[in-house]
Amino acid sequence: MCDTTKTPKVATGDRAILPEGARTIPIFVMGKKYEVPETLTIMKAMEFAGFRFLRGAGCRGGICGACPTVYRMAGDYKLHFGLACQTVVEANMYLAQIPFFPANRASFKLEEMEGVAETIHALYPELFRCVACNLCTKACPMDVDVLGYVSAMKQGNIEKAARISFDCIQCGLCASRCMGEIPQYHAAQLARRIFARYIQPQAEHLKNRVMEIEGGKYDPMLDELSGMKKEDLEARYVAREREPDLAAAGTWQPKDTSHL
Amino acid sequence: MKISYYPGCTLKTKAKNLDRAAIASLEALGVEVEEIDRWNCCGAVYSLTADDLIHMVGPVRNLIRAKEQGADKLVTLCSMCYNTLARANQLMREDTVKRDTINRFMDDEIDYAGEVEVVHYLSFLEQEIGWEKLKEAVKAPLSDLKVGTYYGCTLQRPADVGIEPFGSYLLMTGMLEALGATVVPFAAADKCCGSYQVLGAEPVENSAAAAVINIAGGAGIEALATSCPLCEYNLGKQQKQLLAKEKIGAPVPTYYFTQLLALALGLEAEVCHFELNDAASLELLKSKNCLAAA
Ligand code: FES
Repeated sequence: MCDTTKTPKVATGDRAILPEGARTIPIFVMGKKYEVPETLTIMKAMEFAGFRFLRGAGCRGGICGACPTVYRMAGDYKLHFGLACQTVVEANMYLAQIPFFPANRASFKLEEMEGVAETIHALYPELFRCVACNLCTKACPMDVDVLGYVSAMKQGNIEKAARISFDCIQCGLCASRCMGEIPQYHAAQLARRIFARYIQPQAEHLKNRVMEIEGGKYDPMLDELSGMKKEDLEARYVAREREPDLAAAGTWQPKDTSHL
Repeated sequence: MKISYYPGCTLKTKAKNLDRAAIASLEALGVEVEEIDRWNCCGAVYSLTADDLIHMVGPVRNLIRAKEQGADKLVTLCSMCYNTLARANQLMREDTVKRDTINRFMDDEIDYAGEVEVVHYLSFLEQEIGWEKLKEAVKAPLSDLKVGTYYGCTLQRPADVGIEPFGSYLLMTGMLEALGATVVPFAAADKCCGSYQVLGAEPVENSAAAAVINIAGGAGIEALATSCPLCEYNLGKQQKQLLAKEKIGAPVPTYYFTQLLALALGLEAEVCHFELNDAASLELLKSKNCLAAA
């Protein structure tokens, strides 16, 4: 049910200023109490409180995985996980950042390996220490079914592992919780790479285009442009044919189609 | 008829031959096989430490998956998977204190109290198809093939989850006889194959697998049938080495019982993936006219 009388909890952009009329709430960062505007994300709230992120923040858009946070709500035994740049603060949150969690990544040469599950098993034998406790899945801020992809790898199903783990942003929270000490996210990355290289059929048009480029189709054009005088190049740029703004996709073609 | 099926990790990798032949056979018998969604490792070996509940979580989670997906029975095939799942299920049915602890630990799942029944493939065949009906479905009888029913350790032990009483081999015998084979009793049908011991060392003088093969060969058995990838590893994969080191007198071709079933039902030999059996002799099957469909 939607309670419309409550102030909606939305993040207010990327500047840590107190929005007009915003209430402040107490949060506890590494055990110390701070009053912060209730509309901020954890990351902005920490900056509001005076912290500066030199590491542990990157895209601020929920995709780089640099800002995992672990928190508990006062009085509740449950551990919660989120991305500091995405999760809005709540009153009486006890939180800490885990910007990095050590997990060994196996080194491999993708071109030299075989596209079979045994390759993953050999590089990450820890996978077989899994007891299916599911703490990894509970820890994932991206709601990835981590136990599902670990199981898929053990079952030799690389495609399934690649697809289930697709949303992984490599934050490492799964590994931080694993009682089998498995580096899940590194193993999943390997599964996706093997899937893309050896299992997923290659797109014909992409293969053909790469062949054309490598075959030198565009080299004369580039040579011509790089041999031009600056003024001529500028004039050519200004006079260039442009796709009209807001043209419906696939409706526009240049007059000269010989380069397509 | 539709059944919920738990394959297990090995049946998806090294023991595809056990799995594929089983599924194809059930389909030929008109049974729709539905693999449960989102299953994980069964735990492989049932933990005997009384308070080691964390190792119950894996098998119980699979049973929860089955319950969640509306199954009252979960059919499984690998002897090890059957054993861990059935024993974990028994614990959840009988030990209320441990059940409660496990349910509370798995607070991300629905509660479980043993509502699903774990059924071995052989029991399923007997109960739901029956040997008479199976016999009628046979297209290429395994006539003249002398088979030994190799049960190994975990199909019958412990007694309260065993698929049949210890020392009797009625289920596999019933199936094989329905397929037209001659079942030859031998004294090593429930002896240990050597389990995981082989991983730590070369086959040794008193190799358990060698003893089983020698006893089977001595009894006049031409083919061993098993339900367990670990048994197959010890008896089948190691057989060449045992022969080279003169630990066994003569080879005894080793098959999964589902491969023999599939052949007798007239299915293409391809579904049996014999390329994965190191000690399965196609010559033997040909000479007994068991490869009719091929
Ligand atoms: S900063 Fe990139 S995910 Fe949060």
